[in-house]
Amino acid sequence: MNRTGKLAYNAAVVIAAAAAAMGIGAIVLAAVGADIFKAYAVILTEPLKDMIGLTEIVVRAVPLSLIAMGIAIAFRSGILNIGAEGQMLMGILASSATAIACASLPKPVLIPLAILAGAAGGAAWGGIAGALKARLGVNEILSTVMLNYIAAQFYTFLLRGPLMDPEELLTGSGTPQTVRMPRSAWLDRLLPGTRLHSGVFIALGLAVVVFLLLWRTSTGFRMRAAGAEAKAARYAGVKVQRYLVLAMLLSGAFAGMAGAVEILGVHRRAIEGVSGGYGFTGIVVALFGGLHPAGIIPASLFFGLLLLGADMTQRLADVPANMVLVLQGAIILAIVSARQFMSNPYVQDKVARACAKMFRRPPPPAPPGSIEACPDPSDSVDPCLVGEDSAVGDSSAVGDNPAAGEGSVKKRGTR
Amino acid sequence: MGHEPIRSLELRGITKRFPGILACDHIDLSVGEHSVRALVGENGAGKTTLMNILMGLYQPDEGRILINGRDVRFRSPNDAFDHGIGMVHQHFMLVQNMTVAENVALGMKSSHRSFRLDIAAVRKRILEVSERHELPVNPDALVWQLSVGEQQRVELVKTLCLGARFLILDEPTSALTPQETDELISLLQKMSSELSIVFISHKLHEVKALSDTVSILRRGKIVFEGRTENHSPADLAALMTGHEVELPRVDSGSAARGGAPGLLSIRELRVKGDRGNLALDGVSLEIAPGEIVGLAGVSGNGQRELAEALNGLRPVESGSIRLDGAELAGGSAGDVIREGMGYIPEDRNTEGIVPSFSVKENLVLKDIGGKEWSAGGFLRLGAIADNAKALRERFDIRCPSTDTAAGSLSGGNIQKVILARELARGPKALVAVYPTRGLDMGAEEFIHKQLLARRSEGVAILLISEELEEIMNLSDRIAVIYKGAILKVVPGKDATKRSLGLLMAGVADE
Repeated sequence: MNRTGKLAYNAAVVIAAAAAAMGIGAIVLAAVGADIFKAYAVILTEPLKDMIGLTEIVVRAVPLSLIAMGIAIAFRSGILNIGAEGQMLMGILASSATAIACASLPKPVLIPLAILAGAAGGAAWGGIAGALKARLGVNEILSTVMLNYIAAQFYTFLLRGPLMDPEELLTGSGTPQTVRMPRSAWLDRLLPGTRLHSGVFIALGLAVVVFLLLWRTSTGFRMRAAGAEAKAARYAGVKVQRYLVLAMLLSGAFAGMAGAVEILGVHRRAIEGVSGGYGFTGIVVALFGGLHPAGIIPASLFFGLLLLGADMTQRLADVPANMVLVLQGAIILAIVSARQFMSNPYVQDKVARACAKMFRRPPPPAPPGSIEACPDPSDSVDPCLVGEDSAVGDSSAVGDNPAAGEGSVKKRGTR
Repeated sequence: MGHEPIRSLELRGITKRFPGILACDHIDLSVGEHSVRALVGENGAGKTTLMNILMGLYQPDEGRILINGRDVRFRSPNDAFDHGIGMVHQHFMLVQNMTVAENVALGMKSSHRSFRLDIAAVRKRILEVSERHELPVNPDALVWQLSVGEQQRVELVKTLCLGARFLILDEPTSALTPQETDELISLLQKMSSELSIVFISHKLHEVKALSDTVSILRRGKIVFEGRTENHSPADLAALMTGHEVELPRVDSGSAARGGAPGLLSIRELRVKGDRGNLALDGVSLEIAPGEIVGLAGVSGNGQRELAEALNGLRPVESGSIRLDGAELAGGSAGDVIREGMGYIPEDRNTEGIVPSFSVKENLVLKDIGGKEWSAGGFLRLGAIADNAKALRERFDIRCPSTDTAAGSLSGGNIQKVILARELARGPKALVAVYPTRGLDMGAEEFIHKQLLARRSEGVAILLISEELEEIMNLSDRIAVIYKGAILKVVPGKDATKRSLGLLMAGVADE
């Protein structure tokens, strides 16, 4: 399969997975007695009908893409970070505490400072899981999930205690939230009457940074090598443990920045429920986007649409907004299984043959396949040798003819 | 079980396709009763695929299987077992922490009662079989405690206990010592009076010793079929590869390097194994520049630990490793690489390359941070691509493009990628572990020539191998390792297979 063919194939996989997920969702919608078509129509089109809808999609996509990029860094480096939710909360705490404490600083200093503080908070939380994995071999899935719980409780404790807005206690309703951020820490709103904020540029800029880091620097090269085959990386002199910790620090930093940007751009104070499951949805966005910034940006917009649309279904189609969670789960299952199935070179080959037949073109050369899909790597024919003429063997040979090698090529050609 | 005996087994027009590969191309093969058929061919010729089809592990795209003239269809290995066909795989299929009897019981459905396992019946059957075929096996031994040769016997007993009357052996001698190989061959000769055997191998002297008839596969086709006795190993080799093969040999006559100070010098090295035991106990070895020292030994006697310790991948308890005067013991893998050590690791797919990385990325895996491939932390993609283009040509790496995932290449080409990377770095010393394991003769020839070329350039080479022929062909001196210590070092030209075989078994004095 050539490059475009491969891209088209991958896109087809994603679309097929989305369709399958929709199918599963339809069953659930039917079970709760909702109008399936109306529900989907609302989810997919309603948010696109006005400017507020469009900007709200982007507002949701900003933290989603930031988190997803952090998760992509971790996944590419061979560590499964499920802890973005907790890392985001720690980032929010660090960021808002910094912004409130340093309220007197001018805007060009305070905003970067607050965002970096968020990054540091997230990185610290992610780094714990990374260090545990590197030093003691603690499974990162367990540790990040458990750290999520700790972060959630810690966040609630601070918001209801030390960091709570004193006004709320004296005169207000006792809502657990911090004081308002100083104005100098606010990210600018870009369009009047909407919540679209300048965090969108931060997300786009960091997408470029992530791409450069992973695919254009020697650090990224080593991280990807450690993730793809830790043993080979170690044998090549890469300090795998060190890159593991680095990957978790970066991954946590991105989740922390997502929290900081969300607070400084949208809410302007730390409130409860601010993460809203972004940390988990971000994992889906990262997978859906193929663990690559160029895929994550559109994927985050798509999930922004889904999240917003789901809120609207409650109002317009009388379907609970939690339905979107069902859809998300279905999408994860569909994507993961589709990838497992479709990445099999045997399947790819069949598809390529079928396509070639359809368009009456000679079949493309063998796709590079993963080794596990090959029956026995040490005993499979070298694809590069197939096209060669073999030397003629002993004349007494049975069933041999001068065109032995060529013959096999011809057979493939006509298929 | 309880089926009729196999009087004849026939494959007709078997064809199997894998992505971009025609693994089996209309293969016809028939095997009669009480005969030993050798199936030989280079890697990737389709031998294993063909046998996996016969075992029901793969479904053929075209073709039929006939037993006693009747069509059969195997949907799974169980169907093949039911017809009395059994296979001993190249890599043993044994659960290491179970006993022999438990391993046999796994496949013996007749011993599975509704809520318990009739282990007594299994044990009885094992003893029956082992007596009948003179295969001594202790049913209560734990598999991990057994030697490789004993495990091989367990595999045979297991297959026979399941009622196999038709045995397929996939490279059964690849892990055995010369003595164990001889034992196995005489055992199989005796068994062939009762069974039919298909024997996959590319060791031609074994084929000569054991088989009645031989079929040679090349690129998915049978290119030769005939009686073994009428053809010499050299004839068979030529048929197998399509050209005359002559493996290069070292010429170590002139230079006497016995007492010269080593470029790579290992002194009193002690290293712990994975289980905390002392895997290397006081190993000392000097390798002079331009010298190949072969390390012979049955695998598991400390070779892996030695290679890892030399390359900074395993902590050194005591002793020293000096490369050109620099101390390597205690250094990291990166330190060792920077000192100019080259390494061809044992497992090329997981230690030698990152399979999902492209060929060109794998070619710079070790030096990616260096000035040559990166500037200011950013990769020099142009230089990396040029490097790959040059090395691909120089080392004859056959790949669709240098952007191809290295893991999708054949074993021989993966090994060439590793070799190209290691040799292009201009190493002072090279540790090559089983460099041609599982490769065909063409690739073997290429790799041997490369090693000899490096030798004449003054590289100190430690060649670790189980192939005595390889070691004897290439080594100036041969060291035999046994239970973590060097038993003896002999000059390469004085070594014989017999003397090395005895040393490998731990017998120091003849």
